[in-house]
Formats: sequence, structure tokens, C-alpha cells
Amino acid sequence: MKIKNLLIPIAAGILLAAPALHAETAYVSNEKDDTVSIIDLNTMKVTDTLNVGERPRGILFSKDYTKLYICASDSDTVQVMDLKTKQIIKELPSGEDPEQFALHPNDRHLYISNEDDALVTIVDTETSEVLAQIDVGVEPEGMAVSPDGKIAVNTSETTNMVHWIDTTTYQLIDNTLVDQRPRHVEFSKDSKILWASSEIGGTVSVINVNDRKIFKKISFKIKGVHPDKIQPVGVKLSDDGRYAFVALGPSNHIAVVNANTYEVEDYILVGRRVWHMDFNEDQSLLLSTNGISGDVSVIDISKMKAIKSIKVGRYPWGVIVKP
Amino acid sequence: MQFNSKRNKLTAAILLWAATSSVSANIEVEISYLQQEIDNGPVLSNILPEPEDAGLKGAELAIQDSNTTGRFLKHNYQLNSFLSGSQEQLLEKAQEQYTQGVRFFVVNTSEQTLQLIIKSLAKDALFFNAGSRTDQLRTETCLPNLLHTIPSRSMLNDGLAQWLKTKRLQKVLMITGSEPNDKAYSAAFKRAAKRFGLKIVAEKQWSFDTDLRRTAQKEMPLFTQQRDYDVVFVADERGDFGEYVLYNTWLPRPVVGTQGLSPVTWHRVVEQHGAAQLQSRFEKLSERWMNSKDYASWAAIRSVAEAVTRTNENDATTVTNYIRSEAFELAGFKGRKLSYREWNGQLRQPIPLIHPRSLVSQSPQEGFLHPTNELDTLGFDQKEINCSNINK
Repeated sequence: MKIKNLLIPIAAGILLAAPALHAETAYVSNEKDDTVSIIDLNTMKVTDTLNVGERPRGILFSKDYTKLYICASDSDTVQVMDLKTKQIIKELPSGEDPEQFALHPNDRHLYISNEDDALVTIVDTETSEVLAQIDVGVEPEGMAVSPDGKIAVNTSETTNMVHWIDTTTYQLIDNTLVDQRPRHVEFSKDSKILWASSEIGGTVSVINVNDRKIFKKISFKIKGVHPDKIQPVGVKLSDDGRYAFVALGPSNHIAVVNANTYEVEDYILVGRRVWHMDFNEDQSLLLSTNGISGDVSVIDISKMKAIKSIKVGRYPWGVIVKP
Repeated sequence: MQFNSKRNKLTAAILLWAATSSVSANIEVEISYLQQEIDNGPVLSNILPEPEDAGLKGAELAIQDSNTTGRFLKHNYQLNSFLSGSQEQLLEKAQEQYTQGVRFFVVNTSEQTLQLIIKSLAKDALFFNAGSRTDQLRTETCLPNLLHTIPSRSMLNDGLAQWLKTKRLQKVLMITGSEPNDKAYSAAFKRAAKRFGLKIVAEKQWSFDTDLRRTAQKEMPLFTQQRDYDVVFVADERGDFGEYVLYNTWLPRPVVGTQGLSPVTWHRVVEQHGAAQLQSRFEKLSERWMNSKDYASWAAIRSVAEAVTRTNENDATTVTNYIRSEAFELAGFKGRKLSYREWNGQLRQPIPLIHPRSLVSQSPQEGFLHPTNELDTLGFDQKEINCSNINK
């Protein structure tokens, strides 16, 4: 009894000391509020809400985490925010209706999908120069650059293709037909495998980057949920190579896929219409944006369970974590 | 600049073609679009007329979408569109097109014209009904080479009735216009009311011929005088008097049906599930809002293109078989994959319930279950039809 009482203050002391060590923050774009919410991951509370351009969707950090790039879709620009001052310091010529983008490992070239114009625009973030515009399919959406920097891929939602772009020549080198409405693409760390989700098709295609052919198609089944409501969007791979997490939209679940066997191991219940995700730095937590419930779910990876939901703005779209 | 970039693209396309032509040939897909201009006669609420190219612009957008996709596969889509008020002219055009080798027809006409066109051509042509909501086409005269992208009156009214049931608006006062289409719309609602357990407390026929813009406030309350009802249903497809029922009823009740809260195929207010992108592409092309007829034509051509993309073939039999197979799925910006009912060729689709400035709901409503597909709670199910001449 006495021992127990002694232990509590010590534990509390450790917990209180923790925030000083790790002040991780999550940034969430709220599509229908024209804002970005900032969440302190220690307190799990929104600490700030920043006004940004219209219909913010894709967001990402510069390599050194000093800048935040925001696709302000309805403002037809990519905004650059200085994270120290929280001021927009630059607007990049993104082409019309930028939705998603990816930063080349060189930390300079931004690959942007222009949803209304069937284009991918490549912008130099330092000079604000448009390096190239590449014709792709109808409604370009997902963007990714391989970690080795050689290839960029884009998905087109209505054309149902993955388009492969050579990052040295800016030429389209191939197209892979996938299931209906491809949304998100994610490279494996070694740049050898590409994961592509198909929202309406209800599948995730796993593609060999070498021959650009699908070698595995993953489908999902959740008890009590109609198959049509299982709509894969965001995909996130864990650094240890064990898991792929797939956000399943209006089914309100995230699938846990074994990244080696491609078998679905578990489904995690989160908020309503889950789209995009990101890990914290040590990958003990996974955060997801839930558009309809207007919140972010925090998942404890060791338990594979949502442990907290945090209210943000209207229709949260993207989430990224700054260590 | 524009010219230059076009030329560059062309050069690139030629080079690409030259480099790979030995591997696979280009595929050309020709699609005929036939639209009958139907004169609905003078109407009282003539302030906001329907656009005359309703349907055509949807077809044009679908061709544009399909060609953007097609250029990666060397598939090319061409639209031959004909608009006419004359049944004979449309029939002639259809035959001429068939003789020239066209096998895909998107038909936005009356039911009668559609039937005549189909009868006049050989059975190896594939037809999409993108204009007629007639239930009879889906229940009695189903044809293996006829698909319907526009929902039937029953689908629309089932969608509406499910919502009324969900909202517990059970007692319905019905007002029906004098046109045959209005009566058909009412009949579909009555069927839906029976299916989903709504009570029709009174049925009234609209036959007034005063100018309601001036006297609605006086006439309508008396016309809707009835002891009790939860909701007023209006069947006035051409928009003659229906707009004047709202806010003028004896009891202050919501109005649903062809006016007020309406079940539709498509409307500008639909923007979820990526629809915002389709809407903005359409507005860029047409400088107006996309409507139900546009959507039906769009879906028809996108279905052909989807089949051509997946099969790499352009002959009508392969395309028809693929569209009617289980493998077929169409992403139609309605939040679920769309496919065709094998028993009558109707495109399964959610039904948006709208008022002119917002989306109120989308049917099927939650809780209306079906053993195979909840979308089949809308419209005639397999067991409810009488089609004898369908193969499957």
C-alpha cells in the first residue's frame, strides 16, 4: 500500500518531464474551413488553427521541417508557410487546382497534381520556376516520388491509371491500369514496390516498380459493412517493413496489412470517412483524418487500437507529423 | 503558344505511334448520340427553362474524359451527335449511322422513338436509354442490347419514399398533373408508398388553368384543404404548376416529388465523392450546371469507354458482354461503384434527394436492406419484372 503511493508521484514526474523531450506536433488541413489545425501530441489537443488558402488538401514539410507546403486547391496555388513565424512567405505557381503533391528527395522539386487540368506540374521551390508540365489522365490525384528519386508516379482518378514519370527527363514512361478511382500511391523504402489504392474498386494494387506490373491485389472485408463502402484511400507503410496501413474511407476502418505476405491482419475502427494518415516519429502512434466526423483518430500501434479522437476543423483532409 | 504545344503533342503522338504500331493498333470507337427535342407545350412556371442541350453536353464531356484516358492506350473516341424534333429524321440518322458502321447509340428521346430506333436496326448494336424514365421499358420490354443509364420513375420514387419513411412523414397528400407522364410518375410513387408503408390520405388531380403566378396564394390553400397530412407529393414533370404548391398549402407541410424535395439522377448540388471535379469539368465545357440528362449520357459513354479500356476491343458484342458481366464497374461520382442489373439492363445507382440549393440526402437510406445489393431496393427487382425476351 505504502509502496504504491510512493510510485505514483514518480510516474507522474516522468510523464510531466516527457513533453520537454518530445514536442511532436501534427498538422491537419481542413478542406472546408480553409485552415490548418496544429495538434500537440503530448497533450493531444489542438493548440492553434491557422488560416490558409482556399480548400487546403495535400500538405507536407520541407526536409528540415522549417517550411510547410499547402495545396490550396481553390486558390490555385501551393502556399509555403514559415513554421517559425507561421506566416505564408511564398506562393508557388502550382497550376490550377493542386490537390496532392510530393517532394523530391532533393528537397527542391515539388511534383503537383492539377486535378482539373489533367496535368502534373513540377515546380522548383527555390526559384518558383515551373520546370515542366506533363499530360496525365483525367483527375490526377495521388503523387509520390521514389525514395531513390528516380521515378515520380501520379494516379488519375477517372482514367484509372498509375502514370510513371522519369524525374530526369520529365517524360511519361509508362502507364499501369488499376481498379476504379485510384487515390493514393506510396513507395516502399527501397523504391522497389509501389502501393496504389483504388477507392471505388475497393482494392490496393501492389506493383513491381521494375516492370510496372501489378503482382498482388489486396481486397478487404469487414463484418457488417457493405463491400461498396470499403473504399481504400490513404496508404502508409511502417519503416520496419512490417505493416501497410490502408484507410478505408466510409467504412470507418483502417486495415492493417502484413507488408510481406500482403494478408490483412486486422481492422481498426476510427472516425467517419477516414482518408489520410501519418506516424509520429518513433512510429508508436498513427494519426488519421476523418472527414465526416471532423476529427483525427490517434492509434496506438502496439495495441492496434484508436486511443483518442481529437476534434479539428471541417472535413480534415491531410495530416503530417513534425518531430 | 497554344498552337505550338498542340503541334508538339501531335508530333509526340506520331512518334509514339510509329514506335509502337507494330505491337498494337489504334482502336477507334464511334458513338452516335441522338436527341429528340420535345416540345412540352406552354407551362405556367416558365421562368427558368431547361437547357436545350441537356444530355448532349454530358455526352461531349464523356468523350473528352474518355479521350484523355484513351491517349495512353491509343484508343480514340468520336461522337456523332444529332438533335432533331422529328422522329423520322432521328430514325433516318440512326439507320445511316448503322450503315456507316456505328454500333454504339446513346438515345435521349421519348420512349416511342427509342423503341422505333431499336426495332429498325439489327441486334448487334448496343443502345443506351439516356432519356426515358418509363418503367414499362424496364419491366416488360427488356432487350438484351438495351441498357438504361437514366433511372426509372420507380427508382426515383423508391428513393423518395425511403426518405419519407425514415423521416416518418407517413401521411401523404398527392397532387397529380394532367399529362400522361405525371400520371406515370404518380403511379410509381403509389407503388413505392405501398412497398415502404406510406399512407396516401388523398389524391387530387390538378386541372386548373389560371395563371398561378398571380393567384397561387389564393387557389392552392383551398386545393390542398384536407384534414391531416404530413407531406404533399406533387407529380408535375414538365414544371407547370408544381412550383406554386410550396408555401401555399393549407397545412404548413413540406412538398416533395417533381418539385420541392426531388429525387434526381444528378444536380449541381451533388459534390461529394469527387463530384466537385466532374461538376467543374462540366461547367468549363458547357458554361452551365450539369443536370440529370447530362449525367445519363455521360454515364452511357463512360460505360462503353470503360469496357473498351478493360477489354482492348471495340466490337459491340465484346463491349456488351463486358458491361453486362460481373467484372464491370463504373466510378460514377456517387460514392459507390455502379453496375447494370442483369435482369433489365438498368444502371444501379444511388438517388440524390435535392432541393434547388442543397443536397438533402441520398437513397438508399440506411436500414433498407437487400439480400445482394442495397442499390436494388430502388426500382424493380428481379422478381418483380415480366421480361421474357432477355437472355440472361
